[in-house]
Amino acid sequence: MTATIPEVRSAAPRSSRPASTLTLTSGIGLGVTMLWFSLLVLIPLVAVIITASTGGWSAFADQLTNEQTAAAILLTIRSALVVTLVNVVIGTVIAWVLVRDRFWGKGLLEVIIDIPFALPTIVAGLVLLSLYGAESPLGLHWANTSTSVYLALAFVTLPFVVRMVQPVLEELDADVEEAAASLGASRSTTFRRIILPSLAPAIAAGAALSFARGMGEYGSLVLLSGNLPFESEVASVRILSAIENDNPEGAAAIAAMLLVVSLLVIVVLDLIQRRMVRRG
Amino acid sequence: MSIEVSGVNKRYGDFVALEDINLTIPTGQLTALLGPSGGGKTTLLRVIAGLETPDTGSVVIEGKDATSLPVQKRNVGFVFQHYAAFKHLSVAKNVAFGLEIRKRPRAEIQKKVDELLELVHLSQFGNRLPSQLSGGQRQRMALARALAIEPSVLLLDEPFGALDAKVRKELRDWLRRLHDEVHVTTVFVTHDQEEALEVADEIVVVNQGGIEQIGTPEQLYDEPANDFVMSFLGDVTTLGGSLIRPHDVEVTPSPISEHSVEGTVSRVLRIGFEVRLTVLTDDGEVVTAELTRTHARALQLEEGVNVFVTPSPGAYTMRAPSSAA
Repeated sequence: MTATIPEVRSAAPRSSRPASTLTLTSGIGLGVTMLWFSLLVLIPLVAVIITASTGGWSAFADQLTNEQTAAAILLTIRSALVVTLVNVVIGTVIAWVLVRDRFWGKGLLEVIIDIPFALPTIVAGLVLLSLYGAESPLGLHWANTSTSVYLALAFVTLPFVVRMVQPVLEELDADVEEAAASLGASRSTTFRRIILPSLAPAIAAGAALSFARGMGEYGSLVLLSGNLPFESEVASVRILSAIENDNPEGAAAIAAMLLVVSLLVIVVLDLIQRRMVRRG
Repeated sequence: MSIEVSGVNKRYGDFVALEDINLTIPTGQLTALLGPSGGGKTTLLRVIAGLETPDTGSVVIEGKDATSLPVQKRNVGFVFQHYAAFKHLSVAKNVAFGLEIRKRPRAEIQKKVDELLELVHLSQFGNRLPSQLSGGQRQRMALARALAIEPSVLLLDEPFGALDAKVRKELRDWLRRLHDEVHVTTVFVTHDQEEALEVADEIVVVNQGGIEQIGTPEQLYDEPANDFVMSFLGDVTTLGGSLIRPHDVEVTPSPISEHSVEGTVSRVLRIGFEVRLTVLTDDGEVVTAELTRTHARALQLEEGVNVFVTPSPGAYTMRAPSSAA
């Protein structure tokens, strides 16, 4: 009776895959990867978690339920989410324009897109301060308001989605769109059912980068935002002040919280992306 | 008449892609647009499909003026050289795409997709992604996808161009048999004369933006309208100032008619079952002849041997354009 079951099982493609493909060289490669990754990422992360948990669960919860800290964390998450959503839309549009359209000054725009990447963040902060600060030539006085946080995040995260989507869009074959059209699909249907699912992984990757950057941003917003508690103070500033006030547990607790949220969002983005690709 | 193209012109800047094209493609037949690359055959196919707008002229499909209709409304099935598969959709979903766009009931779509996958021998592959198929399988999927919308005409742009020689041959046979089953008016573009001669009911020879000749494979091969058609459809050589097919040149040790020309064998090239012979005549012409291996052996042909070359009785010859000058 048991003989029939393994027979069926053996037809599954999974069983034909070997458990490991490691040779000596690839084994060394994996070893180096793990060592490097551990030294730079895993061990510091664990250290943060340990520091955060030294006082036990209630101390950890106390740190986070401090009203000022909670407000800072909420502002950080909210602004990172909003800016990421904006980037998903605007970034895709910009990538589309850069790939599909030909216009005067396109080469220049290509270069300008990367400036928020290349600029030291404190320089970005200065630029924003001179444009939107007290002496704004535009008449927009956004210094010391929560708007300044959104503005700074939008500025520094602009390139992420654009640069992830652009190469994928360039790789898309024109004949795939023509095939969809010949089968009766309108431009918008083709975009929704053929182009967008192909871009989804790139958009999700860009969104994840954009969100993670937004969660930890410090340099570009610290000048313009004024770091007013309950108004424009973000989590990273809060971490700094905790350290300055000799409260490393508090700093670690906030850091751990940011870590968890970032992980959560990256997982959710991945799920959305998979779903989109499957559904078509 | 299924497709009528009249007075079509198309330019890209200074380049004339199509010049005053008038063409009628009969219903239910398999027609090949044959010509060298850059000759305009693909542009013509894309104009028929509505993927390209002609500068002037009209396209009528099944009696309906389609000139101003976008590709979405023409109800044509189009198959691309590089498959144009929807990579993120399964094979079955690819085939179902056109029907889903048309909002057909789910059960009907399911039934139709099953039928088509059966027709193109991909029934077991419905759940796979296109990337898990071979090139030939992908092109069959693309064909099923195009047939799903029950097109009034099926247009194929170099459908086997990206496949290797063996699969090409198989798919070519298969397309012919499929067409005999489905009977949809089909136009396919190819630069391979063998493919056109083997598969098509009718061949349209397109060159430099114009049509050189339209006819059945026999007509084109046996009575080419000009030297371009003659040389494009098969090998040619010159003998006595005329173009002639190398297999229509007879090689003998002594003269057999007043048209026999004496010469010396300058090269013997053996390719599988045939022998290709280069003969330098006393008049200074270089003549190529094709013989079977046994025939060549019987004549004991080798380089330096003296032979006579004569056009076979009934061979088609044409005044060579270069010698007229």
